[in-house]
Amino acid sequence: MKSTRMAKTASAVILAGVLAACVSAVSSAATGSTKVVTISVASLIPGSTPAAKAQFDSQVKEFEKVNPSIKVTPVEYQWLGSTFAAKLAAGTLPTVFEVPFTDARTLGDNGQLADLTANVKKLPYFAKYNPAVIAEGTTSKGKIVALPKGAYAQALHYNRKLFAAAGLDPNKPPTTWAQLRSYAKQITDKTGKAGYAEMAKGDNTGGWILTTLVYSLGGRMESGTGAKAKATLDNPQTLAGLNLLKQMRWTDNSMGANFDYGWSDINQAFAAGNVGMYINGSDVYTNLVSASNIDPSIYGIAPIPLAKNAKNAGVLGGGTLVAVRPDANAASRAAAVKWIDFFYERPLVDKAQAVRNAQTLVAGKQPVGVPALPVFNKAQYDLANSWIKPYINVPQSQMKPFNTGIFKQKLIPEPAVSTQSVYHALDPVVQAVLTDKNANITQLLQDANSSAQAAISQGK
Amino acid sequence: MAERDPKPVRYRARRTPVTWVRGGGLAALIFLLPMLFVFGAFSWYPIVRTAIMALQHTNLVQPATWVGLDNFRTVLHDPLLPTAVKNTAVFAGLALVFGYPIPLVAAVLMSEVRRLRGVFSALAYLPVVIPPVVAVLLWKTFYNGDATGVFNTILGWIHLGPYPWLQSQGTALPSLVLESTWANAGGTVIIYLAALTGVNSELYEAASVDGASIWRKVWHITLPQLRGVLLLTMILQIIGTAQVFLEPYLFTSGGPANATVTVLLMIYNYAFGNSLGGDYGSATALSLMLAAFLAIFSLAYLRATRSWSTR
Repeated sequence: MKSTRMAKTASAVILAGVLAACVSAVSSAATGSTKVVTISVASLIPGSTPAAKAQFDSQVKEFEKVNPSIKVTPVEYQWLGSTFAAKLAAGTLPTVFEVPFTDARTLGDNGQLADLTANVKKLPYFAKYNPAVIAEGTTSKGKIVALPKGAYAQALHYNRKLFAAAGLDPNKPPTTWAQLRSYAKQITDKTGKAGYAEMAKGDNTGGWILTTLVYSLGGRMESGTGAKAKATLDNPQTLAGLNLLKQMRWTDNSMGANFDYGWSDINQAFAAGNVGMYINGSDVYTNLVSASNIDPSIYGIAPIPLAKNAKNAGVLGGGTLVAVRPDANAASRAAAVKWIDFFYERPLVDKAQAVRNAQTLVAGKQPVGVPALPVFNKAQYDLANSWIKPYINVPQSQMKPFNTGIFKQKLIPEPAVSTQSVYHALDPVVQAVLTDKNANITQLLQDANSSAQAAISQGK
Repeated sequence: MAERDPKPVRYRARRTPVTWVRGGGLAALIFLLPMLFVFGAFSWYPIVRTAIMALQHTNLVQPATWVGLDNFRTVLHDPLLPTAVKNTAVFAGLALVFGYPIPLVAAVLMSEVRRLRGVFSALAYLPVVIPPVVAVLLWKTFYNGDATGVFNTILGWIHLGPYPWLQSQGTALPSLVLESTWANAGGTVIIYLAALTGVNSELYEAASVDGASIWRKVWHITLPQLRGVLLLTMILQIIGTAQVFLEPYLFTSGGPANATVTVLLMIYNYAFGNSLGGDYGSATALSLMLAAFLAIFSLAYLRATRSWSTR
């Protein structure tokens, strides 16, 4: 009796399983030809305006219309040195995300980015990339793990309104560090606002901006390459740069009262009209509009002043690459590269896409024509800009000092080895100079140099 | 000489799986399984994994390699470790000096209030229910270093300041303690209030008859009656403040110039501070060292205070 009941139960279970399998097979057969791949993509930084989000969403819809088998889920994203590794380890990054030039190669070597070589080599414009730029996203074994989003040069952003209020000519930004210092003091004296402010948060931004200053004076943070690279943080130009900051902070008192600005904070402070001048990437205007609602009339941008008597003086340049999670399967990788092609690359090389992109941006009240550097070459950059000329809505006349000056400057890449560790070692030095009148700069630099050298030796 | 009683003969039923099941052993095990699973998966396994990872070099993507005690050596030779330990000790010390008595005083005062005690309790507890990130952002505006900051504006009315608060190496850490005390005192106040209801009111009445002042009643009745709870909250506070992370991470990221770097922030930075992937080995090694220190400290504390707490 018992065994009969058990046999009946077993038969029922088997029958149910067979039925479920049949239903599943039928359903797969019905949808097999249009299997939808879902990818999540980095969209805008947290805190972006509703208009910016609407503009991004409209681009997603346009992409999904062209690629009906791909579903795109936008995810707010901001690369921060202090949180990226946590997201990477936790597996919470979107399928497509952005990383700075400095990190992609090492992340790729560590197997932490997907290999996109096969997919990206099929792109029609692949051969046209600037070799130096594509090298940033190529591993030591030649695998391509990231494509460029854009390149930037560091620039001096200034508030034209505060310049005018301080009796300075907004069309004549400073061209030397001495001038910058005196302008900063004049702005503070006349307006009560910070004449010059600087990022100094312990998230590597302090070291990044100090390195920019040191490059402009002709110094370098490293010599040599690879594991044999030598940290040279305690060079004379770093000392001179820190002394300049010390004078502006403690003698002139022209740097305001906040010395822990991070990337987003300083942009907000500048857009709010509380900062006369600050250094950031040349393409930051997009963020100033999309996240901080800047009044365009106050905005001015100029090249970083370079020391005239230093032959190595140059401007720090960098950029952003787009990469894919290493655990993305083949279908997701292919879909991700399609999105990268559509959203990041096509507008740079394809007239129709560039125009369409510009139209969408204008409709979404987002900036078109933000100063950047060529990802392919200068001729292609100029050509792409000529396509979108009718749509340019940024205050170009206010950007003239930068646009005319930047291509005359020597562009120097960021420290090649353990970049973020070098910046991280410099963060407390900048903080000490800005918060302690009696900071022992020489000792601080020696300590930072030891720390950076240790990171270089350990490949961190 | 009396004859010794023979040893009682104990008849024990032979234990078999069947008797174990009939005796309720299986049912107990089944009821225990969910808890064993939860503890195993979320508590014991991570602890074992941490201990293993402390002996490895791994980026959580490539295969891990065994490195022996290298991670412990790395941590012990890190020049930032003494700074982090000192800052953590100062934070814990300041929190103990200022943060420990405040809830007690508040609870004693509130227990004296006959009306609106519930309102005062709610007000005291309110900061605990405010999300910590929101609280920190709120206090960041209080601590704004220029003259428009909330604290500087208030102090400006009496011609003081402006003070740099978080922007000075000298005042950053005490500023974090102040916010932390505000944020956490409410929970302890509620514990003290509950403990105070257990104090026999006849003791106070007898003291009043003897003409004791409020201060003497607190000193001779309240504090001795609460000593068990006081000792417990003290060790909990020390363990909590030794693991302070939220405030230095959100307020200052350890700055300015490492003035607020704590041991836990250092662990976080080992694991996640480098965007190229973390040094999880060093992070877990330092975690184990901190856990070992706190375990030994707690044992010593409990032994040292055992007689006093049960007297």
